[in-house]
Amino acid sequence: MATAAQAYDRTDTAGQDAYERAFDAAVAADERIEPRDWMPDAYRATLVRQIAQHAHSEIIGMQPEANWITRAPSLRRKAILMAKVQDEAGHGLYLYSAAETLGTGRDELLDKLHSGRQKYSSIFNYPTLTWADVGAIGWLVDGAAITNQVPLCRCSYGPYARAMVRICKEESFHQRQGYELLLALSKGTPEQHAMAQDAVDRWWWPSLMMFGPPDDESSHSAQSMAWKIKRHSNDELRQRFVDICVPQAESLGLTLPDPDLKWNEERGHHDFGPIDWTEFWDVLKGNGPCNEQRITQRRCAHEEGAWVREAAAAYAAKHGNGTGEQQA
Amino acid sequence: MTADVTLDATTRTAALALGDDALVLSHRLGEWAGHAPVLEEEVALANIALDLLGQARVLLSMVGDEDELAYLREERAFRNLQLVEQPNGDFAHTIARQLYFSTYQHLLYAELAAGQGPFAPLAAKAVKEVAYHRDHAEQWTLRLGDGTDESRERMRRACGALWRFTGEMFQPVEGLDVDGTALEAAWLASVTAVLDRATLTVPEGPRTGAWAAGAGRQGLHTESFGRMLAEMQHLHRSHPGASW
Repeated sequence: MATAAQAYDRTDTAGQDAYERAFDAAVAADERIEPRDWMPDAYRATLVRQIAQHAHSEIIGMQPEANWITRAPSLRRKAILMAKVQDEAGHGLYLYSAAETLGTGRDELLDKLHSGRQKYSSIFNYPTLTWADVGAIGWLVDGAAITNQVPLCRCSYGPYARAMVRICKEESFHQRQGYELLLALSKGTPEQHAMAQDAVDRWWWPSLMMFGPPDDESSHSAQSMAWKIKRHSNDELRQRFVDICVPQAESLGLTLPDPDLKWNEERGHHDFGPIDWTEFWDVLKGNGPCNEQRITQRRCAHEEGAWVREAAAAYAAKHGNGTGEQQA
Repeated sequence: MTADVTLDATTRTAALALGDDALVLSHRLGEWAGHAPVLEEEVALANIALDLLGQARVLLSMVGDEDELAYLREERAFRNLQLVEQPNGDFAHTIARQLYFSTYQHLLYAELAAGQGPFAPLAAKAVKEVAYHRDHAEQWTLRLGDGTDESRERMRRACGALWRFTGEMFQPVEGLDVDGTALEAAWLASVTAVLDRATLTVPEGPRTGAWAAGAGRQGLHTESFGRMLAEMQHLHRSHPGASW
């Protein structure tokens, strides 16, 4: 689709303006920008930041759920959970590949994750304390992720948009499984019902925070929307999510922990209570319940695996049949 | 799912042994989630764990209710090999365990798939999965054995440490109609060839006898197994009679 935004010839400095005009025209015409197309440096940097953060979130996001694989209460649930965590690793791989089309490398990105120079979604800094948390993550966290990510399937950068199409299909499946897990608990014994309610009580507000700060405090939003990386504002998506969740909570037989939550006939939306942004910024700064634990586990897995990656690289060098991708 | 009443008692004994192998190894591999050395291995180890769990569910359902069998039996009632219950250790230990077991399982399932017995349908499907597990283990054995000095030493140690658990695989299992001697010969030839290519030697030391392991099939397990079951069964046991 590199029609309007032509391949970039770095020797042609006089043509810069023309490239920029072609890029703007391609974005305006809803065409996809592809890896070999010219793009503004800031557009490239924004995408690297966003896609990397997204990839990191998939990888760190494996931890809270993997925490329950060995304790899953039935073999069917265990299989579903294992498959889900495996999908997340796969999503991380798609996304690192998408980021690599922008001229960065997976090793470099992982390095930035491990050293705290790049972030991941703040939601994964909350602990999974009971089995019901696995369901709440599926229903609410994956639900919020899908609300955020479906518009990204139309994002202006082709490789990211195509990764999102594949990821969203699997995420929707996970979300339904999470809902179904909570439904089984909600309709189960009184203890199971209480476990489900407690999980929803703990995950509801953090899920709303996944949409990011309010529109007037979101530093990247305006530019991302102009570039059609983002299609909707944080607050718009958050409202859409709340409107979707309220009837779902009702059919689950569970309540949402917000006394201010009520239908507003005039707006055609649900009103909801204030979000504790102090907590949000605190978690983002590294002071959430599991920030330290999550990053330490990731770093340990990487460091303890170094000898394995070195072995694979040494073997490939000796035998010439490795891809070289696993070099440390 | 309930037991197939057309199966005789000895077939059910064998199904329990094979099902427990798959269940327990799947559980151990599940412990790797989020800890693997590269992302590709997160996918691969989970994939193998899922295949094994799928096999376990079919096999246990031939015996009775899969969840009752997995979650409500105590250590002494499990019939898995001691090999599969061994803790993950480092990546080399996991790969050595996987090499020993998947080579055995692949040879076993290939034979069962070719026959007419009650395990033929399961084996026909599973043998394709297990061929992949075996290839994965062999490829990593080569890379670790013939990689760096450190990886070679770790792989050597792992192969040696698990060696004494390998004799048990070839003891006769009631209801399992295979030639254990031929199976053992084929297994030994294959493992020897892979270790040789990996610049490693076949470990010395006994594989059967008083100080070698070999009583998992009789419900005698190693110490770490009870702890593994405690973790696996805790939630299910805390809510008697609940559905999930």
